[in-house]
Amino acid sequence: MIRLVLVLLTLFAFGAIKLPVEQVIFAQHRQENLRGVEFNLDLREKLGQLGFIAALSGFRAIVADGLFIQAHVAWERTEWGRVLLLFRQITTLQPRAILFWDMAAWHMAWNASVAAMNDRTQPRLALRVKAQREYFALGKDFLERGIKNNPDRPHLYETLATVYKEKYKDHEHASALFAEASALPGAQSFDRRFSAYELSYCEGREREAYDRLRQLYNEGEKERLPTLITRLKFLENKLGIPQDQRIPDRAP
Amino acid sequence: MSDQTVVVARHRTFSFSRLFAITTNTLTELTRLKVFYVLLVFALVLIGSSIFMAQFSFQQEFQILKDVSLGAMSIFTSLLAIVAAARLIPQDVEDRTIYTILAKPVPRLEYLLGKIAGVLLLLAISTLVMSAVFLFVLYAREQSVIQMTLRQMSGAPREQVDDALRAIRSSALNIDLFPGIIIIYLKASLLAALTLFVSTFATTNIFTIVVMAFIYFIGHLQATAREYWLHEHSSGWITRVFLAIVALLFPDLQAFNLVDDIVAGAAISIALFLKTAVLGIFYTAIYTLLAAFVFYGKEL
Repeated sequence: MIRLVLVLLTLFAFGAIKLPVEQVIFAQHRQENLRGVEFNLDLREKLGQLGFIAALSGFRAIVADGLFIQAHVAWERTEWGRVLLLFRQITTLQPRAILFWDMAAWHMAWNASVAAMNDRTQPRLALRVKAQREYFALGKDFLERGIKNNPDRPHLYETLATVYKEKYKDHEHASALFAEASALPGAQSFDRRFSAYELSYCEGREREAYDRLRQLYNEGEKERLPTLITRLKFLENKLGIPQDQRIPDRAP
Repeated sequence: MSDQTVVVARHRTFSFSRLFAITTNTLTELTRLKVFYVLLVFALVLIGSSIFMAQFSFQQEFQILKDVSLGAMSIFTSLLAIVAAARLIPQDVEDRTIYTILAKPVPRLEYLLGKIAGVLLLLAISTLVMSAVFLFVLYAREQSVIQMTLRQMSGAPREQVDDALRAIRSSALNIDLFPGIIIIYLKASLLAALTLFVSTFATTNIFTIVVMAFIYFIGHLQATAREYWLHEHSSGWITRVFLAIVALLFPDLQAFNLVDDIVAGAAISIALFLKTAVLGIFYTAIYTLLAAFVFYGKEL
């Protein structure tokens, strides 16, 4: 009996010693954006009982993969509602996997939106356009939440910039997002260029766009790509840049 | 008489050769139980899933392959740790080998350390083999994707090909996977030590395994209970006492679940890895010592 009491006391004493260490590790996990999953009733409702238990046992990545495969099947069957539901569960379980945010946004903003626009069961164009814009918004929402969970990784900024560029024709936002991506470690070399291209389409910001494109042009041959030269020439004409300051025409 | 004196003088209270003998014997016993068949199942899971995933893009394929492999590694090592450690003492009592060993001048602590070292060695071998199989399959898939990409981009500029290859390599093998695998091993070691501790006062194998299943689930919720206990002061005292007991008595197993985030592409700092590793070793040592303490008082 005395031994049992001593064991219990030792366990409590050990617990008191380990508690601050666990707290430090927990805080560091939060700081490094790990453990982004809150185990609460909302997650339980989203996952169902078995999925929730599996996630609780430390197998949330495998549960997320299982759901991802289900989402893939739902996509093949063009069951967009199910695709949306499954990707909400997947991204809740694995908020640090940018692949899942990216895929979710792609399915919503590209696949489902096009399907909504081509929906033959809906004769009214206005309603088809409305559905399409709702899917754009869902795609954008996935990417914004993805960025919130992964602020240090450039890929989602690039994808969101593409959504603004291609789906909303909002070049100002697209330019700002490409610029944000270019400032992050691991950014693609085209981010800076794309930011300047997008800015060149913004009314009233031509001068700023010209300066940025010209700066890229001055960096050397590597940056002198056909689109950059085309946009630069367009801005030179629009801004009335003196002939002696313009870039030379390319040899045919 | 003088011979007896010599024998007594030569006997050490702690001997590494005795410890080694018990360790190797435990490992041999466990190996005879064909526990390594688990590795065959692991290989089949891996190869099966990699064939099944051929319809996905390479990023998706690598992500799922890594998730499944590391998840399976975590399940198998945890199961192996619990099942192997749960039978150590009861089996020796049943076979009566424990009486033969402890009748000799072998301290109980040495006996227990040898037993747990045998299980830890078994876990180390299993983890190494599973890691090797996993890395081989990942490397083979990576090479196959690279070959396919090179064929498809045969006419593309060098820079574009390099970018594509870089993208493939960065989504396949990630150096952060190695600390993740070490953490999986440490989690299994902790579970083995805790199982040994439970088995010192348990009466049957089944009881130990059932208790460990509960501890496994509660351990994954310990962080939630701890945070609620430390930061939420509005709950009643019964709730707070219950949460305090959970926070103090159970290990935080979520702290060892780094692979989910590593596979997702999150980089784990060396400081975090070291802190987690030290915590794992600390848990293992404490539970082993507690097991020894209970075992000393056990009537055999």
